Amino acid sequence: MSENKLRQNTPMVPYPSGAIVPERDLGSIPVLECTHLGIDFGGLKAVDDFNVIMGRTEIAGLIGPNGAGKTTIFNLLTKVYQPTRGTMMLEGRDMGNMTTVDVNKAGIARTFQNIRLFGNMTVEENVRIGLHNQIRYGMFSGILRLPKYWKSEKQQHERSLELLDIFDMASLADARAGSLPYGAQRRLEIVRALATHPKLLLLDEPAAGMNPHETEELMENIMKIRDQFRIAVLLIEHDMNLVMGICEDICVLNFGRIIAKGTPDEIQRNPAVIEAYLGKQKEAKA
Amino acid sequence: MRTKKARFITSMVTYGVVIALFIILTVMIDNKSISRTLKGQLIPICSWIVMAVSLNLVVGISGELSLGHAGFMSLGAFSGIVMSGWLLNGFQMEDPSLRLILAILAGGLVAGVVGALIGIPVLRLRGDYLAIVTLAFGEIIKNVMNCVYVAVEGKQLHWGFLTNELPGTLLLNGPMGAVKVKAISTFTAGFLLVMFTLIVVLNLANSRSGRAIMAARDNRIAAESMGIHITKYKMMAFVTAAVLAGMAGALYGLSMATLVPTKFSFNESINVLVFVVLGGIGNIPGSIVSAAALTILPEKLRFLQNYRMLAYAVLLILAMLLSNNPVMKSLLKKLIPWRKKPADGEEAMRA
Repeated sequence: MSENKLRQNTPMVPYPSGAIVPERDLGSIPVLECTHLGIDFGGLKAVDDFNVIMGRTEIAGLIGPNGAGKTTIFNLLTKVYQPTRGTMMLEGRDMGNMTTVDVNKAGIARTFQNIRLFGNMTVEENVRIGLHNQIRYGMFSGILRLPKYWKSEKQQHERSLELLDIFDMASLADARAGSLPYGAQRRLEIVRALATHPKLLLLDEPAAGMNPHETEELMENIMKIRDQFRIAVLLIEHDMNLVMGICEDICVLNFGRIIAKGTPDEIQRNPAVIEAYLGKQKEAKA
Repeated sequence: MRTKKARFITSMVTYGVVIALFIILTVMIDNKSISRTLKGQLIPICSWIVMAVSLNLVVGISGELSLGHAGFMSLGAFSGIVMSGWLLNGFQMEDPSLRLILAILAGGLVAGVVGALIGIPVLRLRGDYLAIVTLAFGEIIKNVMNCVYVAVEGKQLHWGFLTNELPGTLLLNGPMGAVKVKAISTFTAGFLLVMFTLIVVLNLANSRSGRAIMAARDNRIAAESMGIHITKYKMMAFVTAAVLAGMAGALYGLSMATLVPTKFSFNESINVLVFVVLGGIGNIPGSIVSAAALTILPEKLRFLQNYRMLAYAVLLILAMLLSNNPVMKSLLKKLIPWRKKPADGEEAMRA
């Protein structure tokens, strides 16, 4: 089902604890390690016993039917929700006491399913907000326009354009972010997240609202970002072409629980997944 | 929101117009071609402009509703008066301009410290708590100032709560407020304070901190996910506004011979909010124009006698309706060329 396969069948090897990571990441600490992660909303176990280990430069996918708890996991990882159970480690650092802001500073950046750009600001300003903790100067340098202000503003400007260039959006720098077409807004969210200098990038349905051509470009760009910035990417996506085309490791979620984990080929052959999710799609296609 | 270049031009035009008006008015004062009532109102106008611009920093740029801005003005006014009286009586500092500068600084400092004390607990919460707390704060300050007595004896400041049996000369006399104040505020000082406020607010808005403040306003979760500490930046806007309001208060207080604490009531807070809303939320030049116009207007309507406030209200409603009228807006855009819309995304894509 995935004709345009961008990943070059990375050999996946078991990590000491049993999870699989790309062979190249075996030597370094996993960027993310969740154990028995869970959250309850009242009596509902929205996510339960979520375990995952992500290698340093791994592209992993999180799939599952609607309401399976995928976005909830992103909200847990960024501490928008506080987990009820379990632990999360970012590069071996416990994330238990971190706030959303700390998580970002520690190296997790995300995009949103329902786009959350600063619509009234320009494209460049949105990226500059991503650079907030990267290129800094204080309030008084800003008010008094000290040399630090001019230097840092110039750096921010150059860096923003560099980042926008990844998606060929530098020419849109002065456009109002809210006026961009839907696909461009999604790309801008990725650029803004990249600007925070993450180690792990969480993409929530990055291809939603994109046409097949744009999706293909997006796949190439995600691979490019991973290679250029040496970061890990965890993505939620319903577009199976994208998921099967670039993810090295896939985790299938249903009713808040992991029902299958493995490489794309394994997932496509997994009877539980086919029954719960992919099988229905294949029948519909046939 | 306009593009960076357009915003720069707007700032420069704002500074330019304020400076030009100051020069024109100064010349008119020298020629005595200005009416007495308007001349007497120049310093209050400057204070209200500072109040409106600083409240716009909270309401427009930071997106929090503050209903107690007059409370900060009150704090600034009375601490400014005490500072000035103390310097005059205790240190025989005759130079009025130096005394005024120190009084304004004292007013700003006191208001800023109190603003920080209020902001620390309240700005951690989401929702309308700031409005509720600042509303209460304004009333509390008014009533507390009603009971505070301050006297100066040599270099010693004495203060009493609910008791006026203090040695030395009374500076603040409880519900009678400050009496026999030496009016040392000048129009030049007012102009300089307006310029200072504009520089602070406009430069802050167009800096890294200002972008963070606006990001926190527009989308809390997205801003936090980008590593922006919401409370810190809301505090920055709120305390800066409090400091500026305190400075405006000191300028205002030292332009009057007497000043009672009940002057800074809830009504005044709402008045400043009206300046901000009429001038446009987040629109700094608009705040200047509306603060000036709405300070002059009630005086100009005196000939209507008892119907004065009624006419004021009607004019206010008309102004609100007209300024939100699309026809008027497009006319305004044609008249002011630099207020063009920024390039539309799709258009720029095609280009």
